[in-house]
Amino acid sequence: MNNRLINWFKYASPQSFYPLAGKMIPWFAALAVVFGVAGLWLGMVVAPTDFQQGEGYRIIFIHVPASWMSMFIYLVMAFWAALGLAYNTRLSGMMAQALAPTGALMAFLSLWTGALWGKPMWGTWWVWDARLTSELILLFLYIGFIALQASIDDPRRADKAGAVLALVGVVNIPIIYFSVKWWNTLHQGSSVSLTKSPSMAMLMLWSMLLMALCFWMYSIAVALYRARSIMLERERGTEWVKEVLAAEGEGVAK
Amino acid sequence: MLEASNLECVRGERRLFAGVGFRLEGGEMLFLQGRNGSGKTTLLRMICGLTHPVAGEIRWKGETIGALGEEFREELCYLGHLNAIKEELTPLENLTASARLAGETLSEDEALDALEAVGLLGREDLACKYLSQGQKRRVALSRLVHEKRALWVLDEPFVALDIAAVAWLAGLIGAHLQRGGMAVLTTHQAVEIPAGQVRELMLS
Amino acid sequence: MIGTITAVTARDLKLAMRRQADIVSVLFFFIIVASLFPLGIGPEPDLLRKLAPGVLWVGALLATMLSLPRLFADDFRDGTLEQLVLAPQPLGLTVIGKVLAHWLVSGLPLALLAPVLGLQFDLSTDALLVLTVSLLIGTPALSGIGAIGAALTLGLRGGGVLVSLLVLPLYIPVLIFGAGA
Repeated sequence: MNNRLINWFKYASPQSFYPLAGKMIPWFAALAVVFGVAGLWLGMVVAPTDFQQGEGYRIIFIHVPASWMSMFIYLVMAFWAALGLAYNTRLSGMMAQALAPTGALMAFLSLWTGALWGKPMWGTWWVWDARLTSELILLFLYIGFIALQASIDDPRRADKAGAVLALVGVVNIPIIYFSVKWWNTLHQGSSVSLTKSPSMAMLMLWSMLLMALCFWMYSIAVALYRARSIMLERERGTEWVKEVLAAEGEGVAK
Repeated sequence: MLEASNLECVRGERRLFAGVGFRLEGGEMLFLQGRNGSGKTTLLRMICGLTHPVAGEIRWKGETIGALGEEFREELCYLGHLNAIKEELTPLENLTASARLAGETLSEDEALDALEAVGLLGREDLACKYLSQGQKRRVALSRLVHEKRALWVLDEPFVALDIAAVAWLAGLIGAHLQRGGMAVLTTHQAVEIPAGQVRELMLS
Repeated sequence: MIGTITAVTARDLKLAMRRQADIVSVLFFFIIVASLFPLGIGPEPDLLRKLAPGVLWVGALLATMLSLPRLFADDFRDGTLEQLVLAPQPLGLTVIGKVLAHWLVSGLPLALLAPVLGLQFDLSTDALLVLTVSLLIGTPALSGIGAIGAALTLGLRGGGVLVSLLVLPLYIPVLIFGAGA
C-alpha cells in the first residue's frame, strides 16, 4: 500500500509526468480515431433511418456524448481542484487548467448540436428546458473558470482561485439543475419532452457508446497535450524543462 | 524562539532568494538588508504567514507557524508598508478599531496617550484623509505604543519620519526588546537601537 | 465569537455610513433599472404585473453585484485586509462579519425598496409582501455567494467584469427560487 502511494506521488511531479504523458498521448489519440470511425460508421451508415425523426436524429451520436463529457469533465476538474487544495501538488492545478477548454468545447458542442436537432424536431432552436438551461449554465461556469485563470498572473494563485471556483461550481450544479427543473415545471415552458424515441435500438446504443468512448479518448489526449504545454510554460526556468527542450531540439535537428 | 530554515522564494520566473535561515531569541532584533527587489518584504510576509515559501519552514517556539495558526498570530504584530488605516475614520477611531479587530482592548485614555506619543494630539478627531503622508504613517505607528505582543514584524518603519520621530521609534523598539520581545525589520537608513542584541541578514 | 463578528460588522457599517454616496448610488441603480423595464416593454398593467417579480429580482441581483467589489477591495488597497487576516480570530468569522455588513448596507435596503418599486408595476398587496420577504431571505445568499467571487478576483485587472462572469451563474438558483416565490 505504502509502495503504491509513493509510486503515485512520483507521477504527481510534472517532471516525471511529462514524459509519461508524452508516451500516452499517441495511444489515446489513436484510440479516439478508431472508436470515432467505428462509431460514426455504425451511426451514420449501418443504423437505419428513424421512422419518426428521419435522418436528423443521427446528430444525437454527437450530441449525447458531448453532453456526457461536458458534465463529466467538470467533475474531473473539480476532483483535481480538490486534490490540489488538499495536497498542494503542482500537477493538479495544471490538469484542471488543461481540462477546462475541452469541457467548454463539449458544452458548446452539446448546445450547438442540440439546437440543430431541435429545429427540425421541435420546430425551434431553443426551449427553456431544464437540461438545456443547465447545460448553458455549465458553459458559463467553464467560461468563468477560464476567464479567472487567464486574469491571474501568479500560477499558484490562479490554481487556488480556480480550484475554489470549480468546487463551488460542482456543489452548485445539482442545485442549479433541480432549481431549473422546478422552475420549468412551474412555467410550463415547453410541451415537448426531450426523451428520445421509445425504444432505442441496440445498434444505436452501441454506436452512441462508441462515440462516447471516442470523445473520452479525445478529451484525455487533448488534456494531456495541453497539460504538457502548461508544464513547459510554467516551469521554463527549471533544469528539467531545459533538458527536455534541448533533447527535443536535437531531435528536430536530426 | 523564532527560527527559519532554508527558505526559498520564487517570484514569477526569478528566484529571489534560497537557503535563507536565521534564529532569533527573546530580546533580539533582526535587521533585514538588501537592495530593492531582493525580497525583503516577501521574507517579512513569509514570517507573518501571509506568503508561503516555496521551500523551507518557519518555526515559532519549535512548531511551524502554519500548524500554530491563531496561537502564533496572537503573538504577532505586523506593520506593512501600507498604513492599514481607514481614510474615513479619525486617528482615534482607527486606533481603537484596529485594537478591537486584533482582539485587544484599548481604553480611550491609552489610545489618546499613544496619539500624544506620535505627536497627533489635537488631531485625534480629524478624519485621516485630511492628514499628510507623514502624519498617516504616525497614526499607523501609534499602534506600537501599547503593543505587548512578542514578535514585531516591521516593514520600513522609519520611512517618511523626521529625525526626532526616528529616535522615538528606535527607543520604542529598544524598550520592546528590553522587555524580552523580538523584532524583525527592514530599513534603508542606519538607525541606532538603544537596547537589545542586533543581528543582521543580508539578502542578495 | 459573536464579539469578532460584531467588531468587524460595526467597523464596516461605520465606514459605510461615512461614505453614504456608495450605498445611495447602488439603490438608485436599482430604481433606474426597474423603471427602464416598463419603458422597454410597454405600459399594459397585466404584462407588467406578470413581469414584476422577475424584473425586480434581476435588478436587485445586478445592484448587489455592483456593490461586490467594495467588499474587500478597499481593505485590500490600504492594507487593513492583511491586518484582518493576521488577527488572532478565525478568518471565517471575519468574513461572516464583513458579509453581514455588506448585506445590511446593500441587500436590506434593496429589499425594503422593492415594494415601493413594485407599486410601479401595479402589484397587489399580497404580491408586494411575498416579493419583500423573498428578497429578505434571498439577498443574504447573494452577499454570501458574491463574497466568494469578490475574494477570488481581488486585485485583478478587470475585476469588476470578472466578478459578474463568476458570480452570475452561481446566482441562478437564488434568482429562480426568489422570483418564483
